[in-house]
Amino acid sequence: MKAMTSLMAVILLILLVMLGAGAANLKYFFGVIFPYAAIVLFLVGIVLRVLKWAGSPVPFRIPTTGGQQNSLPWIKQNKLDNPHNLIGVLGRMALEIFLFRSLFRNTKTELKNGPRLAYGSSKWLWLGGLAFHYSFLVIFIRHFKYFAEPVPFFIPIMQNLDGLLQIGLPLLYMTDIIILLSVSYLFFRRVVSPQLRYFSLAADYFPLLLILTISISGILMRYFYKVDIVAVKKLGTGLLSFNPILPEGIGLLFYVHLFMVSVLIAYFPFSKLVHMAGVFMSPTRNLANNNRMRRHINPWNPDVKVHTYEEYEDEFRDVMKDAGMPLDKE
Amino acid sequence: MYDAGKVIVGLVIFLALLTFPTWYNVATGKATYVPELEKAVKGDQCVADTEYMRAEHMDLLNEWRDKVVRDGERIHTAPDGTKYNMSLTMTCLDCHSNKANFCDKCHDYLSVDPYCYDCHIIPEVTK
Repeated sequence: MKAMTSLMAVILLILLVMLGAGAANLKYFFGVIFPYAAIVLFLVGIVLRVLKWAGSPVPFRIPTTGGQQNSLPWIKQNKLDNPHNLIGVLGRMALEIFLFRSLFRNTKTELKNGPRLAYGSSKWLWLGGLAFHYSFLVIFIRHFKYFAEPVPFFIPIMQNLDGLLQIGLPLLYMTDIIILLSVSYLFFRRVVSPQLRYFSLAADYFPLLLILTISISGILMRYFYKVDIVAVKKLGTGLLSFNPILPEGIGLLFYVHLFMVSVLIAYFPFSKLVHMAGVFMSPTRNLANNNRMRRHINPWNPDVKVHTYEEYEDEFRDVMKDAGMPLDKE
Repeated sequence: MYDAGKVIVGLVIFLALLTFPTWYNVATGKATYVPELEKAVKGDQCVADTEYMRAEHMDLLNEWRDKVVRDGERIHTAPDGTKYNMSLTMTCLDCHSNKANFCDKCHDYLSVDPYCYDCHIIPEVTK
């Protein structure tokens, strides 16, 4: 049901752009105004989100991440999972950001042969996630050729590696295939398994379907229904140089692609997708467990009004003296 | 804000990377560059109409390559009945004689690296 809601939302968006940019010919809105609005929402949204996170106090370093913390010399510390210094934290962050270490530890719980609970390693999510994110990154960087003139040096290198198999013409990019397979896997994973379907929300399906639409429209434009890409680059460089020109005669398929990308990035800061920034801000990953070495003062501690013994003695000195009590200061 | 230094450095790096095309274009000063193709030196008609050629020329060339190399078929008949020799060097480059001012313009603009010239010799431009 929730998957259907997301699917309907995506179909409505496609219809909206096809009617808007196609039938109603609002090409300037879909080609220039909406992308600008989406870029502003994306950049401002992410920055505000990160600043909001940064405003949360961090009273104490989390000591209970997986792995033995730094302790007595004869107890072996797990330096990458529970580091106590900067180098260890950098290692843990790098493993998380580049290799999705947390997902690698994903486990599966199953009832086997009647009431026997079995736990096992489950690497498919990790593999699918890694394949998806890396192909997305490569595709994202490849697209810089539509915005930067002259084409930066790293793009031909990436394209040559990506099209290494030299299949078909235009050359087939491996990442195009990998992203389709991995996003489909990530989608059907949620649909097929009853447990996952139970706790999946519309907001889990929607970005996957959106990315699938973007990939399919891009692939169609590259291999099957080609659009005038010189005009596309004119639009791209114009947009990012704040000098937007809307060239005539770019196919409708391009507007579908552009609109869905705009929707994706506008939606980004307000959804689960913001984990792109969140991964850098996760306290179990980026804080060294140095509670035993350094005192961390809770920033929300109230200002306690204290009355020291010295002040007490000053206040009652005469009375205490009369009663014959011993005093620190006469 | 806590760890303000690190957070702000992170945000600056994030914004700098994402706005790369903008400042790159400012640095190169070529944001408004648009490739302009040299007119064909002779002939008033291509093997297909401009719109088709603009988008699909690679498919046509690929088809020609397969037909010539694999089937030994050398004659292309255009929809209007004109017959052409299926040859990049003899037909295409006969009219669009300057590769640098024709093919390369868009290919460089869009970072397309066709492997035509792995085998084909680029004809010299006669002045």
